[in-house]
Amino acid sequence: MYTQALNQRDAAPAATPEDAAALARFQARIDADERIEPNDWMPAAYRRTLVRQISQHAHSEIIGMQPEGNWITRAPSLRRKAALLAKVQDEGGHGLYLYAAAETLGVSREELSAQLLSGAAKYSSIFNYPTLSWADIGAIGWLVDGAAIMNQIPLCRCSYGPYARAMIRVCKEESFHQRQGYELMLALSRGTAEQKAMAQDALNRWWWPCLMMFGPPDSESQHSDQSMRWGIKRFSNDALRQKFVDATVPQGHFLGLSFPDPALRYDAEAGHWRFGAIDWAEFRRVLAGDGPCNRQRLETRRRAEAEGAWVREAALAHAAKRRARAATPPLAAE
Amino acid sequence: MTTITLAEPPRVLHALRLADTTLVLGHRLSEWTGQAPMLEEELALANMGLDLIGQARALYTHAAALDGQGRTEDDLAYFRDAPQYRNLLLAEQPNGDFAQTMLRQFLYAAFALPFWNAMAASADAVLAAIAAKAEKEMAYHQRHSAAWVVRLGDGTAESHARLRAALDALWPFTGEMFEVDEAERGLIAQGIAIDPAALRPAWEASIARVFAEATLPLPAAGRWMQSGGHHGRHGEHLGHLLAVMQSLPRAYPDARW
Amino acid sequence: MAENPMPQNAMPQNVMPLWEVFIRSRTGMAHRHAGSVHAPDAEMALQAARDTYTRRGEGLSLWVVPSAAIIASDPADKAEFFEPTAEKIYRHPTFYEIPPEVGHM
Repeated sequence: MYTQALNQRDAAPAATPEDAAALARFQARIDADERIEPNDWMPAAYRRTLVRQISQHAHSEIIGMQPEGNWITRAPSLRRKAALLAKVQDEGGHGLYLYAAAETLGVSREELSAQLLSGAAKYSSIFNYPTLSWADIGAIGWLVDGAAIMNQIPLCRCSYGPYARAMIRVCKEESFHQRQGYELMLALSRGTAEQKAMAQDALNRWWWPCLMMFGPPDSESQHSDQSMRWGIKRFSNDALRQKFVDATVPQGHFLGLSFPDPALRYDAEAGHWRFGAIDWAEFRRVLAGDGPCNRQRLETRRRAEAEGAWVREAALAHAAKRRARAATPPLAAE
Repeated sequence: MTTITLAEPPRVLHALRLADTTLVLGHRLSEWTGQAPMLEEELALANMGLDLIGQARALYTHAAALDGQGRTEDDLAYFRDAPQYRNLLLAEQPNGDFAQTMLRQFLYAAFALPFWNAMAASADAVLAAIAAKAEKEMAYHQRHSAAWVVRLGDGTAESHARLRAALDALWPFTGEMFEVDEAERGLIAQGIAIDPAALRPAWEASIARVFAEATLPLPAAGRWMQSGGHHGRHGEHLGHLLAVMQSLPRAYPDARW
Repeated sequence: MAENPMPQNAMPQNVMPLWEVFIRSRTGMAHRHAGSVHAPDAEMALQAARDTYTRRGEGLSLWVVPSAAIIASDPADKAEFFEPTAEKIYRHPTFYEIPPEVGHM
């Protein structure tokens, strides 16, 4: 999902023996479905995992503003323009809430941002694909946000309180995003032949990368077990992926579009849509840095950060001047 | 649908001027998406852009109704060429750096706030309703942009220098806001439009107050002012803005989106 | 956040301060913690809070508080702070028995 790279193993040393009792108490709290709060004792690995997951999620929201932002100035109606600007703004807001949740774990936004800009931190592979036509805006809302919602709803019950609370706000706001995208696709699929072709082309390009959003198959995703025990993750990658496919395929058919998967068929017995093999080599390649837009996305972010530096410095300098003036009594009137 | 040129009786022209200014400025703010100096400002710029685009939609709808040819807000926004656009030149000026964008916003908002306040009493009930909403929005734009003008002006040497450069670039476009032509004079007499020249003291007072706090010198009185936007005589930038903004509806004129 | 264990005064000067945002909703409830923002000073923090947390008509009043100004209880003190109240059941109306004939009280 937005935190695909979590499937790496945590390289930290194992807990020291004297932590065993604390660990047991911690696990008991999680098992009792209690929320862990910032000042509570927590295993170092739990803290590290959360910082990594929440910040990857935040980075994905921030980088995710770019592919859609690419079409704000070209939205073909004023209604669509306002909706898209509001949606991309929401993504900035979601990044903001998530960075704040990560900050409760003792890292600053500046540090997290530096990790993104240096390339040390990951973000979702999906945002390294380009938006080539207006239909891509529909496909992102319908498919990418649809996939994100599948993942984010269970996170509202995540064991870490600030993350869970941020996700509740995010989910509440996201509810319009997918509908906005689907309605856009509906207009295109009921439009001219060129518009229909645009919609089909967008589905063809975004379908497989969307299925990759859920991360590697469960068989390769050992890290998931620990996250499940800690209540950071509630469903497996494959389970969420299947849920997404089952929900989405009928929606695509309603649009009159076809999916770029010859193996796609309905398994009536199981009640699931079965799909073909995902190209995991592509997934690993894009996540590692070699996707169509990886360099462009990071470069854009670095430029914005660098060009904003003088503004942030000025604001802080002004605040310091004000504090100094407040501390110095004005000269006595004559 | 191909390029349209509206007959412009005074009321249509007046509504188009307001609509074009708000759309062009809102579009400019939307160009900041993903580029803001901090995340909180990303949200602030989008909020201001959305306010202006919302005002533009209502104003275009009104202009289309006055025009009476069954056209829509999108027809007016997407199928008129630059010479038919009636926006203030200030609105079309490029974003430049953050100082230029915020100063442009402040120079406009300090005008638009008293403007919409006065327009709320317009004899045109639709314009009066739009004005009542826009006034509140512009009060916040003025507050936010003024806060930044103060911080950049009285921040670092670099921010001060950038703000002064922005002032030098933008000041010649401020005179146009207070111009009145024959078309509007009649509307002012009917109580539909307001006389913008009457707003100048309020605008100047806002500018003087904020510039003083920003340690920014006021430009000398009587400097040369550029005009023409209200009559379709624009700078080079607007054509590019419209080429981008109108590209899809122009490429697929039969499509509905 | 209010929840942030990082002491503000340990932050370098070039870090944008963190503020906690509280919103009073339309329903007239008390101000409630909504989240946080980064801003250089109080005035900008209030505007950032408005621009971030009230975009969908969430509130009618805002507070911003420097995160560093919030003093939080220590989870280690949970037992002495909060558990002794558990047995003081006489603070609750159900502790007192009133014959049903008396009616609602």
